[in-house]
Amino acid sequence: MYVADSRGTPAATPDAARITSGRRSAVAPTVFALGTVSLITDVSSEMVTAVLPLYLVTGLGLSPLGFGLLDGVYNGFSALVRLLGGHLADRGGRHKTVAVLGYGLSALCKPLLLLASSLPVIGAVLAADRTGKGLRTAPRDALISLACAPESRGRAFGVHRAMDTAGALLGPLTAFLILRQAADGYDAVFTVSFCVAAVGVLVLLLFVPSRTATAPAPDAPRPSLKAALALLRERTVRHLTLAALLLGLATVSDSFVYLLLQHRLGVPDRWFALLPLGTAAAFLLLAVPLGRLADKVGRWQVFLGGHVALLLAYGLLLTGWQSPALPFLTLALHGGFYAATDGVLMAAAAGSVPAGLRSSGLALIQTGQAAARFVCSIAFGAAWTAWGDRTALGTAATALTACAVGAFLLRPSTSPKEARP
Amino acid sequence: MTLRNKILVLVAALAVLAGVGTASVLHAAGRADRKNQTQADGPQVAGGDVTLTPGASRRIVFRNMAWGPHRDELTTVAAADPTGPRTASGVKCLRFYAAAGTGICLQAEHGAVQDTYRAVVLDARLKERAHYALPGIPTRARVSPSGRWVAWTVFVGGDSYAGTNFSTRTAILDTATGQLTPSLEDFTAFKDGKEHHAADTNFWGVTFAADDRLFYATMATGGSTYLVRGDLAARTVTTVHANVECPSLSPDGTRIVYKKRVPGLPADAPWRLYALDLATMRERALAESKSVDDQAVWQDGHTVAYALPGDYGSDLYAVPADGTGKPRRLLTAGLAPAYLG
Repeated sequence: MYVADSRGTPAATPDAARITSGRRSAVAPTVFALGTVSLITDVSSEMVTAVLPLYLVTGLGLSPLGFGLLDGVYNGFSALVRLLGGHLADRGGRHKTVAVLGYGLSALCKPLLLLASSLPVIGAVLAADRTGKGLRTAPRDALISLACAPESRGRAFGVHRAMDTAGALLGPLTAFLILRQAADGYDAVFTVSFCVAAVGVLVLLLFVPSRTATAPAPDAPRPSLKAALALLRERTVRHLTLAALLLGLATVSDSFVYLLLQHRLGVPDRWFALLPLGTAAAFLLLAVPLGRLADKVGRWQVFLGGHVALLLAYGLLLTGWQSPALPFLTLALHGGFYAATDGVLMAAAAGSVPAGLRSSGLALIQTGQAAARFVCSIAFGAAWTAWGDRTALGTAATALTACAVGAFLLRPSTSPKEARP
Repeated sequence: MTLRNKILVLVAALAVLAGVGTASVLHAAGRADRKNQTQADGPQVAGGDVTLTPGASRRIVFRNMAWGPHRDELTTVAAADPTGPRTASGVKCLRFYAAAGTGICLQAEHGAVQDTYRAVVLDARLKERAHYALPGIPTRARVSPSGRWVAWTVFVGGDSYAGTNFSTRTAILDTATGQLTPSLEDFTAFKDGKEHHAADTNFWGVTFAADDRLFYATMATGGSTYLVRGDLAARTVTTVHANVECPSLSPDGTRIVYKKRVPGLPADAPWRLYALDLATMRERALAESKSVDDQAVWQDGHTVAYALPGDYGSDLYAVPADGTGKPRRLLTAGLAPAYLG
């Protein structure tokens, strides 16, 4: 059986050996550093997100409607950029360089928002920001996977995702505190957002090593795009990608989940904006425990389990049962789904992608999943229109069950025990 | 670089960036303070008694945007002399409308961890009759000519980073019974003769007819906007025309002035004011050549008033509703007007 880590690193390096043989609770400093970078960057970006509608409507006097039409274009573009970022990062092991480029580009977009005053320009700045996000994601995940021992990858990704989400929750609060100090101080929000993003880039530059313990040697052959695509010929990678794709095809997008929650359970209007916070809170709390669980019982099992949680959330939305506990339960399951799938998929994928192609491989799987979810969004919107929300969700639940069974049958062997030679 | 030096670099950079951030917040706070100082050349505003009942002479009530202690307050000015002295009420609103002694004020409430918004129904003496929590940022408000029905629209959005999907929520309230329809999406919609269901359906900009049953509004779905005619008793909306946003029904109920997305105009300023004759369904461009992003208000049977961006955020303009004449500035530093009397 092809095992990536054994080929990428002929012998366990001292750093990796220390982690493997030492206390299992230690998370590599690089993972903490990357988690800190993500936390800081998310504070910066979510500050902007939180005030953007307000800024457009009350600051600039624009109507943000119709802006959403560009959303799909952005997402498709971001997915392509992610593949490019993954490939560039693998060439010569330049994960950190590409990550710095990505984080740096997004940071520079913040002051540009100060200059933009019309929807097309703001749209262009946001597109550049997303390009930065697309560029950095795969190399960052590759760095996380390369910085820790294979056995503790689930936990490492859990720690990273928890820190990332903590930043996302702190961002809106920061923005609000600034607007409390200065009414209409959107320029101050964007300036502070830039300063915070700059700190993130600096932490990345200073505290994340450019060569990780298990990174390929500098003289390793440069991976070609062909080699990256050839990953799909690898049985485990192919099955994993296929399974992520299948499950992604039945993953209803967040905004639909919140809308359904509101329709079905009668969540009051004023709580609507708080629903994503519920999902984020559950994600934050469960990311580390579920990551550890994935290390113990197998990433694939936890990944599938996450989709069962999502299925349960769909089920709750489908029942006519009315209870004040239901929104909380549904959001806990929804956040649990993210905690069991987002980092865990990357941990699982890292085990079957050789270190030299790590970024490209992770990008490939993420892009496949994102594309599948996008298709699902469009199909779900159409189904909602044609049949109403209940039937549409019932169909999605059936599709998810079928996809889960299909994914279960594919069963790519990614548990840590099997992944080791 | 040693760890010690790295930390030194980080601390130095943190100091600089914290300085820049603090300076920007202080600068913005100072600017916000200046907006509380009266400008010498600005409109004259004094606090006083404001009522929504029609008085001896016609008045305009609007949100005063002029700097000073009465900024954002509901303010009246004589309709015959709109640039004259203003009387401010002390009641702050982001959006406002009034008719027949009923006012609807959409306002922000500053909370400990976030701002929230609420809709306040006011009586003729600007006393609160009822209030309702809003799920997003206020954008449109209307009262039926009789004062019985009230409608408002808010923007809902900003859920995830660079999530550019905004949607609107339009509510309708019967002040006689207190019955609130939180979303017009609860009404049965008919598009091109068929019942229409779509998750992407959005409504905004309600305008009421005098009979307390008929209303018009914008419905958006599938990337297009439509004029819909609504029935408050049957709880239905039906499409009657395409490419119509923020309709405003004339006092006699025969014409609608609205903003139309004109092909070929810049994407950030795509609208022109048009008038639609409901009997012939013929539309005609008004003389305003700027892009108007507002729901116009009828001054009388011949002229409409609307807001355009200005030095204080927003100024009010007026233009004949039949396509003739040319636009003129009604008053500076004002938003959300309603005519009393």
